[in-house]
Amino acid sequence: MLKILSEAFGVSGAEDEVREIIKNEMLSLCDNVETDSMGNLICLKKGTKGYCNTIMLTAHMDEVGFIISGVTKEGYLRFKTVGGIDPRVLSAKKVIIGKNKTVGCIGDKPPHLEGKKKDKAASVKDLYIDIGAKDDDDALKYISIGDFACFDSEYKEFGDILIKGKALDDRIGCFILLDLAKNRYPHDVYFVFTVQEEIGCRGAGVATYSVKPDIAIVVEATTCSDVPETDEAGFSTKLRGGGAISILDRSSYSAPDLRNVLYKAAVSNGIKVQYKQTTFGGNDAGAIHLTETGIKTAVISVPCRYIHSPSCVASIGDINSVYDILDNFLKGEVNEAWSF
Amino acid sequence: MELLKKLTQAFGPSGNEQTVRDIITEEIKGFCDETKVDTLGNLVVRKYGGGKKLMLSAHMDEIGIIATVIDDKNFVHFSEIGGVKINALHSSKVKFIDGTIGIIYEKSEKPTKFSDLYIDIPNICKGEGLYNISVGDTAVMASEFNLSGDFVSSKALDDRVGCYILLETLKSITKPNYDLYFVFTVQEELGLRGAKTAAAGISPDYAIAVDVTVCDDIPGGGKYPLVLGKGPAIKVKDGSVICHPEIKRLLADTAKAERIDIQYEILDKGGTDAGAIHTTGVGVATGALSIPTRYIHTACETASISDIKNAVKLLSKVCGDTL
Repeated sequence: MLKILSEAFGVSGAEDEVREIIKNEMLSLCDNVETDSMGNLICLKKGTKGYCNTIMLTAHMDEVGFIISGVTKEGYLRFKTVGGIDPRVLSAKKVIIGKNKTVGCIGDKPPHLEGKKKDKAASVKDLYIDIGAKDDDDALKYISIGDFACFDSEYKEFGDILIKGKALDDRIGCFILLDLAKNRYPHDVYFVFTVQEEIGCRGAGVATYSVKPDIAIVVEATTCSDVPETDEAGFSTKLRGGGAISILDRSSYSAPDLRNVLYKAAVSNGIKVQYKQTTFGGNDAGAIHLTETGIKTAVISVPCRYIHSPSCVASIGDINSVYDILDNFLKGEVNEAWSF
Repeated sequence: MELLKKLTQAFGPSGNEQTVRDIITEEIKGFCDETKVDTLGNLVVRKYGGGKKLMLSAHMDEIGIIATVIDDKNFVHFSEIGGVKINALHSSKVKFIDGTIGIIYEKSEKPTKFSDLYIDIPNICKGEGLYNISVGDTAVMASEFNLSGDFVSSKALDDRVGCYILLETLKSITKPNYDLYFVFTVQEELGLRGAKTAAAGISPDYAIAVDVTVCDDIPGGGKYPLVLGKGPAIKVKDGSVICHPEIKRLLADTAKAERIDIQYEILDKGGTDAGAIHTTGVGVATGALSIPTRYIHTACETASISDIKNAVKLLSKVCGDTL
């Protein structure tokens, strides 16, 4: 399932393919499945107890990618990025474009023509996508201006149970939610798959407005810089270190009581857990926690190396850890610690 | 000024406003009709009056730092909370909620980012202290409260001075002109977050945010025209809001009638709770009253007592009949 999700096409604003995959699964698992006007998929799984709180779990369906902005006379495609992509990861990567799934690769000026400048990554405006077209008319037979494109990257398992693929941010989250939806919990749980997170958390606010949950937990993939030549102070998270609970980032300050309950759910059940130890980045929690009069919100993430690239790397152990923490949390009866 | 001292010395980095909220909750007893703490932690204090709803807001939070990593030698690495200036932190002291003092120093010469600095908590030399500090703990700048003539300097005048003005205004009103909401907000320094949800809960007709503003009457300054001690400033605009003409007029007319000196504030950047409030729901006619303050976001923010007192007088007259 994670392979299918990772390889599906779902650049921000064009999440249809991912939504169809998830919807097909959720229809048989949930009591109510709806798609809202922006394209968020909102699935309700009723609790076993009528009086309980409403819990919303979210994961975003969209991934970073590209949008085709022009065609040169020679048939090369100009493009812009959708969401935050480091230009250093772009050169010579395979991409898939539009409904026809046209294959292309991102081209750059060859290094021997660049002289001293070659040490520096080209900026996006100097790059182009080569789809093998003879000229502009030929190119337009396969693609249209405004088509979205995403990395073409195969999902693979490797090493000591690690996985590699594109869009693990945040198909990992979608995958965990799908798995959790197989269980029935005491509380009403909304499984919400959001759109357009990568371009400013746009779907999540709208979805929250209609769900109006008592509490919300965002399930994400987050930065992991436990790589050579990085200070431990800059790691953010460690791969194989377990689910990473956010304290503060650019978009939200997690509700302290809720994040503590999650952390304790891990520790008391012997599940690996860590705090995210930098404050960079943001996610759907930013939009969710400020909806209407405010929603108690926390974030739990799977550490992900090389995020926003064709080769995101994550650990199956960490995915299981996030699943286990949430499963234990959701199984809990209403108790003082989180009956808000 | 004992109350202002108590408020500014209190610990309250964004997201950790509990101590400040407790002080304010204690102060308002007997002066209001309803109080409520909302999901994010905003304290909403209501004083019944007829007619339209007027919301006054001041934020309880201050800038600070948050511990992100404690290394194997027990040095603390951190990130900023709000718009902290690196040069204002460097070689200074910070205080954690339990009073533990940390010293900030540089890992590399000419630090340009917070990861170039670290916190040394000297207590650990004696084998004690650090066990209290864990990842996610926050600290604020350590600072004394100084009064000198008409001037006050301390950390966190931004925006405890606003909290102080709201409290004194509340206490002075005998007969409200409006249904009054005194709102003490959270997480302003992280992006006007508390004010957004508070305003959504109240749906006010009018709002006035009370905050500090840049006072640039200093050597090398002069970019903005405000002068310390020449009166509170009626905000015209900043990076987050263009103030509603009706509110500007209400403040200006009241000041004129009461013979209170005022100045006008025009900022090209920065923001205040007014920015989040005015776009709430179907829109709120919003303005702001600012206290000109030198050295904002440092341990020695400096303002004028007479400006502060005049702000109380002006707001009280706007809100209703006074003692």
